[in-house]
Amino acid sequence: MRREFCNRIEQLGERDNKVIFLSGDVGFKALEGVQKIFGERFINMGVAEQNMISVAAGMALEGYKVFCYSIAPFIVYRCLEQIRNDVCFHNLPVFIVGNGGGYGYGIMGPSHHALEDLACLGGLPNMTAYIPAFDNDINYTLETILAESAPAYLRLGLGKYNPLLTPAGFFHPVVTPLSAQVTVAALGPIANNVLEALENPAIKDKADVFSVTKLPIKELPQSFVQSIKKTKKLLVAEEHTSVGGLGQSLASAILKENILLNSFISLTSQGYPEGLYGNQGYHQQKSGLDAQSIGKLLESL
Amino acid sequence: MEELFKERLRQSRIKILETHYKAGAGHIGSSLSCIDLMGTLFFKEKTNADTFILSKGHAAVALYVCLFITNEITEEILASYYKNGTMLPVHPPPLKFAGISFATGSLGHGMPVGAGMAKARKLKQDAASFIYVLMSDGETNEGSCWEAAHFAVKHKLNNLIILIDKNRLQGFGKTDEVLGDTSSVDQWRAMGFEVVEVDGHNSHEITTAIQNFKKTATTAPKLIIANTIKGKGVSFMENKLEWHYLNLTTAQYQQALEELTKNSA
Repeated sequence: MRREFCNRIEQLGERDNKVIFLSGDVGFKALEGVQKIFGERFINMGVAEQNMISVAAGMALEGYKVFCYSIAPFIVYRCLEQIRNDVCFHNLPVFIVGNGGGYGYGIMGPSHHALEDLACLGGLPNMTAYIPAFDNDINYTLETILAESAPAYLRLGLGKYNPLLTPAGFFHPVVTPLSAQVTVAALGPIANNVLEALENPAIKDKADVFSVTKLPIKELPQSFVQSIKKTKKLLVAEEHTSVGGLGQSLASAILKENILLNSFISLTSQGYPEGLYGNQGYHQQKSGLDAQSIGKLLESL
Repeated sequence: MEELFKERLRQSRIKILETHYKAGAGHIGSSLSCIDLMGTLFFKEKTNADTFILSKGHAAVALYVCLFITNEITEEILASYYKNGTMLPVHPPPLKFAGISFATGSLGHGMPVGAGMAKARKLKQDAASFIYVLMSDGETNEGSCWEAAHFAVKHKLNNLIILIDKNRLQGFGKTDEVLGDTSSVDQWRAMGFEVVEVDGHNSHEITTAIQNFKKTATTAPKLIIANTIKGKGVSFMENKLEWHYLNLTTAQYQQALEELTKNSA
């Protein structure tokens, strides 16, 4: 997904000289092309994330649209006040790009994971979070962020290219078999795990799968409402803590719509339940978010 | 011209006193300590193309009063300061007035934002305007100021003019005693700034420093370290930490008014 992101950013850099790209001293074997194309509009800000966000706000006040790029936890937590006061209060086009959302940086350990980034940013005024699920979501997402020209957080994870999917929104059905008995809502790249789980012939047509790639949710789409009214069973999966994530958002929206379900299951990241560390797949498995665990759960429903 | 400028400085001091007194609001010491710096900018040196950021947001009344005197804030709006439903809270608000380019209140934000604006103007090849950021000396405790300082030097932001209101008092102690002097000439010069020290209540010195900075050919970002007195002009407030917080009684207001009228005459 990062490769796809860099390719699209390079195109943006060529097209629009009002776009600036700031990096928090990261980007080896990724941002070299961006650096070359942006020229003086690419700045390595050094290891100084607070300054990066405030400088971006200053540049945005001068009419630029500014991407700030780093590893997800570094660009969210360290500089949360700069994001809130400088960017969000002033409603500025500063786009915060966090690479490796969730357990993306795997064995690097918890300092490099972002499991509560959406909770931290979700309550800020004017902020929208984008969590693309597939590589082919990237272009559409970037075009939307630029057109909105308002504070945005882009959480990059590990997604695949999905040739069946042409993104047409940020909360949309990916598969909708006629015989669906359960509805699945997946946040960002976890949709890849859900689709992999459904490759098992035993559950192939068991679930409607919705990909959610933007928070907050303003309104439940009709296709989703129809699906949960039919199945009455909802499974929400996200690589994020239960607080401030997709599960809570959907629970609240569904209650407001007065829709009664027989079953609501929320799969979230569980942190480090045994205090042990591994790669992203290891941590997903410990939280029941890997394809196999999701498959077993779907079989039991 | 000079007479009008002095008259405006005098008016602003008295208006600051009146605004704080009527509102029953603290922070008057902070406003009085930097009004000569701000007044010199707003009534004399700052052009319409320049931008000013009040990074020490707790001196907002000084900013509101400058905007009142330059006719951006009306008497009625200024009188609403500190009241429910006002556009003028204790720290400058976002997106309300052209003269308040940036909302502050948490320290350590103005300098990096100003550096971002200064860099953007370089990218736009705008060489005709300046970014002014007014900070407090206590504010230079914040690490974000030093991050911004490195950035400003590296990017040769000679269109960035920082002013430090050095009254040597911070939230709960003397600046020298809390963390040591984090706004010393030596430190900032060693960072790569072009530094000048002035008497922050001498408008002639302030003016000369700003005019010289506008003319210099060096690429270094600029810093004016202004030695000031918290509560300047009111005998019982001067250099007293408590006037960061206290409200004025009627008797204190009358005495202060008398002193400010006499001292500025």
